[in-house]
Order: sequence, then structure tokens, then C-alpha cells
Amino acid sequence: MRIWPIFKKEMRLYFTSPIAYVVAAIFALIAGYFFSSIFAYFTLASMQSMMNPAMARELNVTDSVMRPLFSNISVILLLLMPLVTMRLIAEERRSGTIELLLTYPVRDGAVLAGKYLAALALYALMLALTFLYPGIVVAFARLEWGPVLTGYLGLFLMGATFIAVGLFASSLTENQIVASITTFGVLLLLWTIGWSAEYVGGAWGKLLQHLSILEHNDNFAKGVLDTKDVVYYANFIVLALFLALRSLEARRWKG
Amino acid sequence: MIEVKSLTKNYGTITAIRDVSFSVAPGEIVGFLGPNGAGKSTTMRILACFMPASSGTARIAGRDVFRESLEVRKRIGYCPENVPLYSDLRVAPYLDFVAEVKGLGRTERRRQVAEVMERCLITEVQHRLIGRLSKGYRQRVGLAQAILGDPEVLILDEPTIGLDPKQITEIRSLIRSLAGRHTVILSTHILPEVSVVCDGVVIINKGSIVAQGPIDTLVDQFFPTARVEVEIAAPPAAVLERMRTIAGVVAVQGLAVTDGGGKYLVESARGRDVRREIFELAAQQRWGLLELKRVGTTLEEVFIRIVAGEQVAEEPSA
Ligand SMILES: Nc1ncnc2c1ncn2[C@@H]1O[C@H](COP(=O)(O)OP(=O)(O)OP(=O)(O)O)[C@@H](O)[C@H]1O
Ligand SMILES: [Mg+2]
Repeated sequence: MRIWPIFKKEMRLYFTSPIAYVVAAIFALIAGYFFSSIFAYFTLASMQSMMNPAMARELNVTDSVMRPLFSNISVILLLLMPLVTMRLIAEERRSGTIELLLTYPVRDGAVLAGKYLAALALYALMLALTFLYPGIVVAFARLEWGPVLTGYLGLFLMGATFIAVGLFASSLTENQIVASITTFGVLLLLWTIGWSAEYVGGAWGKLLQHLSILEHNDNFAKGVLDTKDVVYYANFIVLALFLALRSLEARRWKG
Repeated sequence: MIEVKSLTKNYGTITAIRDVSFSVAPGEIVGFLGPNGAGKSTTMRILACFMPASSGTARIAGRDVFRESLEVRKRIGYCPENVPLYSDLRVAPYLDFVAEVKGLGRTERRRQVAEVMERCLITEVQHRLIGRLSKGYRQRVGLAQAILGDPEVLILDEPTIGLDPKQITEIRSLIRSLAGRHTVILSTHILPEVSVVCDGVVIINKGSIVAQGPIDTLVDQFFPTARVEVEIAAPPAAVLERMRTIAGVVAVQGLAVTDGGGKYLVESARGRDVRREIFELAAQQRWGLLELKRVGTTLEEVFIRIVAGEQVAEEPSA
């Protein structure tokens, strides 16, 4: 499998065009803004709690800073990840480079894997930028590392799922905008699908709740590592990548 | 080396190629000719394993392009028409990527990329972004990526389009130098190029093969006569009549004839030179013989005759 050269090429393309820099910068900026406002609020609250000891028991820096931060970051991802993945196949198709790529001695699967891993690596880099924030918190308060680690794992898995969905959407069209809107639409639907679970109720409600991305991400942020959630993301990734492979093969047939 | 058997490709309801069969021997350079929309690119895309045919088979180096696609792709270099390349990559890293995808090791890669850039005369632009290159240089980068990895078979779709005359000569001699070690199929609209570069041709028109073989054989087949052009100052009626009586002359045709004289095209059996007889006839008849020359047959004429002949042949049935 010649995944590595494809991976390197995609990384090079991310970093020779401004996409990677812009997305990473905007991500860091917004995450930083959320962090500082949450952290400022927390500082204020903890100062007040010194005067009122009854409140102090409820103030825990992991719960009141990191958890809301993780959930805010997941919203940013919902908006930004479609932009990271939209180019991956749609642009090859529009510019015609796919004709060369698919006639080199690489399997379609290796092409997809290389592209998927490149987007994942870029995402990991973006996520690494936010390590700064727990770093800051640690300087002022005692942090429970368990929930922070599971929180990051949750974010990573969620992003990995977004990328798989984005890759599939990008394989469906020549148009990057269409790819990105499709990705966003699908992700938003999966995000909010759990909300209607309450009205639906019963077995269907359970199913909707199970499909919801938000539901599964919440556990990680609470510090709960459940294989059910990991399996949920893994299933999603495998399904989306499988569909992307199928769509790439189908495009070959159409010419 | 390349064997194509009754290949057909439909795009929806459009039949791009129909029952195409031809073969190319190892080490041969074959020109793939045909008017616009004839189906050249379609055929080449199938050979390059980019898309499967609707029916029929194609084998390269004994392997089926559809069922053993990966094996075939290891043995071909392909340069599509209008050369799609990554505009955001620089030339040398791009070629390094191609070499790696083709499975070359690190040191071999460095050596081959340098060598290929040298051969395609792109060493001086190796640090430039591909998107900023002129058309001719992009074309050369496209050729460079095709010959990387030293593939047995090269499939080149209009490799000299967009080049200036000097570059065309350079690229032609590059392609010529591939003969023997590589089997090449190239499409082009520049017919003189084919006579210079190719050993044989395959001509396709409206999706079907209409002629194939070595150029000389095709010339004999479609122009079975030797031709002489004469200009004579004498009354045309007499000239036409007398010349037709020369032994071996098959046809005489007036080209630009006025009362005082004119130009004629005299066709005789191939291998039969009638210039001496024409000269003697003119001397005997006291005609003013102004010009007498042999007319060679170019591939262009063959091409036009074949493609036009197709249209004439089709008309009655239409
Ligand atoms: N993707 C496609 N979808 C539908 N029809 C197509 C497609 N590609 C080619 N065709 C049609 O197939 C026929 C053959 O096209 P092809 O590109 O093979 O011609 P060509 O011989 O390469 O022409 P040119 O000399 O202009 O490059 C044309 O009628 C063209 O319109
Ligand atoms: Mg073409």
C-alpha cells in the first residue's frame, strides 16, 4: 500500500496553499476567545466563593473550565472541519488531476487512506494548539488529568468522524462548496438528531439518541470512557470511508 | 505489447468508440490520429486504466487493463490531454511524489527525477510552482512524470500541443529517443510530426478504426499511383488527349487550365516513371514544357482521403 506518498502530497498541498494556516489560525483564535471568557468567569466565580463557602464545593476547575471549553471546541469543529475536507477529492476531480492519480500504481483505498490521514494529521495539529489552555489552568489550579485526556480523546474521535464524512462528501462532487455544505448539513443533522429523541420516545427515540454525535461526545467530556462511544465513532468512520471508496470507484465507471 | 480487441465505450447514450481493434508491437512508436471527437482520448483513457470500456478487451504487456489494472499501471506512463497537474506544488517535489507513488526508492528517486528533468529540459524551473509555468513547460512536466520510472509503455495524448517550434523539435527527438526501449502510442493533430516520429499509424474516425499500419503501406494503399505534375503551354484539349495515350498513364487531370495552357496531374502505375515520355511527347508536339515534377504523397493527403472517403461512403446510406 503506497499511502505514505499520498499523505505527504496532501500535507504539502495543505501547507503550500493558505488553507491549513487560515483554518488553524481561526480555530486557535476562537478557541482562545472561548477559553479566556470561560476562565475569566471561573476566576470571578471562585473569588465570590471565597466569601460564600457553600458555593466552593461545587467549583471544580475541570468541570467548570475544561468541560465547557471542550463543548465549545466541538461546535467550532462543526463549522470548520467541512473546510478542511472539502478540497480532498472534489478539487482533484475539478482540475482533472484525478485522471493521473488514479492511473498511478496505487489502489483507490490507499489514495483515500492517504488523504484521510493527512486531514487527520492537520486536525491533530490544530488540536495540539489548544494544549496551551489546560497548561494555563494548571498554572493556577489543580487539574484532574483524567477527564482532560478523555475529553481530548473524545474531540479527536469526533473530528476523525467529521473528516470521514467530509471525505465522502468531497468524493461526490467536483465542487468544493457543494462538498463543504453537504458535510456541514450531514454533521448538523447528526448533531441535533438527539434533540427530537424526547418527543419521539420509545425504541425510535433510543435509536435517535444513539445516532446523535452530541450524546456520545458528552460522555468523554465528563471523563467517562465507554467502549460504546468509541465503537460509535469507529463505526461511523468505517462506514463513511467505505462509502467514499465506493463513490470513487463509481466515478471511474462514469468516466 | 498493446492489443486492443473490439473495444466499445458509451457515455450514457453517446457511443464514443465502437468496436475498436488494433495492436502495437514492442518498441514501436505509433501515432493515433483522427479528427476532433473521433475517440482518441477515450481510447487512451481506457488503455491507461482510468476508466473501463463498455465492452471489448485491451491488454498491455499481456495483462488485461481492467482485471489486472494495478499490474498494467506499474508498466505504463500516461500523459493526459491538457496535462492536469497540481498547480500548488513545485516541479521537483511534484516529480518526487510521482516517483514515490510509482514505487521508486529514495536514492533511485533522486537520480531519476534529476535525469528526467534533464531530459525534458525543465531543470531550470524545478523550484517554480507548477501553476505559474507556461503551457509549454507544463507540457514538459507532464511528459516528465510519464517517463519517470522507465515504464515499458507510454500513452501520450497530444504531447506537443502548445509548444513553440523549437520545443516541438526537442520533444519530438525526445520521443524518438524512446523508441526501441519503450512502446509509445501518441495522439496528435500535427501530421508531419507523425511522419517524423512514428513507425506506424492508427487512424480513427467517428469512433471506428478506419486504417492502420506503417505509413508507407497506407500511402500505397490509398494512393496506388505515382503522380507527376506538368505545366504545358499548349491547347488543353490536345494535351489531355495525347497524354492519356502514354503507356502506363492511368489518369490525367487538369488542375489550372486556360486556353493557352495549364497544369495537369498525371497519374501512372506506382513504380512507373512517365516523366521521360511526357518530355518526349512535348518535344515531338512542339508544346512549351514549363514545368515537370514528381509529387510525393504526404500523410496529410492520406489522412484527408481516408477521413473524407469515410464521409462520402456514408452518404448514400444516410
Ligand atoms: N465524459 C464524457 N461524457 C460524455 N461524452 C464524452 C465524454 N468524453 C468524451 N465524450 C464524447 O466522446 C466522443 C469522443 O471524445 P474524445 O475526447 O475521445 O475525442 P478525441 O478524439 O480525443 O478528440 P480531440 O481531438 O478533440 O481531443 C466525443 O463525441 C465526446 O463528445
Ligand atoms: Mg482528445
